[in-house]
Amino acid sequence: MKPPAFDYVRAETRDEVLDVLHREGPSARVLAGGQSLLPMLNMRLARPSVLVDIMGVAEWNRVVDEGASLRIGAAVRQAALERRADLVRRQPLLAAALRWVGHMQTRSRGTICGSVAHADPSAEIPLVLVALGGEIRLRSRRRTRRIAAAEFFTGMMTTVRGDDEMIEAVSVPAARAGAGYAFREVARRHGDFAIVGCAAVADRSGVRLAVGGVADRPVARDLQTADSTDLDQALDRFAWDLDARDDLHATARYRRELVRRLGRTTIDEAMTCLG
Amino acid sequence: MPRLSAGRRHSVSFTLNGALVLGEAEPRMLLTDFLRHVLGAIGTHVGCEHGVCGACTVQIDGEPARACLTLAVQVQGSDVRTVEGLAPASGCLSILQECFRNHFGLQCGFCTPGILMSLSALLRDRPHVSEEEIRLCLAGHLCRCTGYVPILRAALAAQRRVEQEGGDA
Repeated sequence: MKPPAFDYVRAETRDEVLDVLHREGPSARVLAGGQSLLPMLNMRLARPSVLVDIMGVAEWNRVVDEGASLRIGAAVRQAALERRADLVRRQPLLAAALRWVGHMQTRSRGTICGSVAHADPSAEIPLVLVALGGEIRLRSRRRTRRIAAAEFFTGMMTTVRGDDEMIEAVSVPAARAGAGYAFREVARRHGDFAIVGCAAVADRSGVRLAVGGVADRPVARDLQTADSTDLDQALDRFAWDLDARDDLHATARYRRELVRRLGRTTIDEAMTCLG
Repeated sequence: MPRLSAGRRHSVSFTLNGALVLGEAEPRMLLTDFLRHVLGAIGTHVGCEHGVCGACTVQIDGEPARACLTLAVQVQGSDVRTVEGLAPASGCLSILQECFRNHFGLQCGFCTPGILMSLSALLRDRPHVSEEEIRLCLAGHLCRCTGYVPILRAALAAQRRVEQEGGDA
């Protein structure tokens, strides 16, 4: 349970980070809060030859309120965002989900963008981004590009990020007037990996439910809410379409049942807080 | 831009419980191992080494954090606090430590240093914290002896004392 050997680069500027990734992309990894990468290193599931610590790059340690969205930089820790007094108002879904991200003892160091880069299928922050239609901003020496969250995650801990690219920021759409938001999760212990996580965004025309922990990535579906029986049937189809698998923590059947029941509870909660 | 090469030891210095400490570490050395093996500060315990059990929890720049998910080189220049720094003076205990003793909040004591570091940060930042929030804080720690009830009782007693007396937990 000790990490393999690697070089460690303490970067101070954006270009220093991008240069290392440009030269050594496939064997380099960005180190931010380390709360996903360090377990991977300790268990030797990752063997990079160089880590680039980006926490000293001041321009990435910023949350910029752009009006329609919040742009969260690569070095912003989860705890720092959690402490923002205006987060509940600006994006209540993210505020609700953050309390479920790991434990307070890991949110103190873990970053928002780091969780997105790690792309665990049960992780809360990727789930929220998919539910809200957020964007991932990638940068390399070659180019910058923006990817919709729904296209960014391609499978279990797999994304469209190229070896020389890093997540410079994520954009989280701000709360819309007239929309309701809710987040629910079932885990063995508060703070453990979700068995199933649900994020709902409701308005007068219907609801979008995003589900994590079931498929190999977070998946969202738009559902009609006019008729309660139709909604339950649509949830049942969604549960079957997610291709759930058995694992150590829960069976596929249990996960499907959580999509039906926890999904419905989450939707109902989002509907009751329609602004 | 400093690049510390693998397989060589590099100088690392930070403040540990108020005193400047200096040692050498390869980039891959975890903060847990640096504290215990390089500095000889064995109060911080090593459990699961992947951030789940909470035994290694210390405070980095005032925030509770897993020392097993932190490289020694990452805390260069930081303020690190461990269980050794809790007691206000030699021969006496902090409020939290006293409450854990009085309420049987520990049996084997393996998980205790991490729990104390989490709770002392929580009570410092939020002296009026609710039982529910204390429970959420304790969710970041595994204890295989007590069943958590005496730990919660000790934490609540400490919270009341901090609220009444003020000062550090």
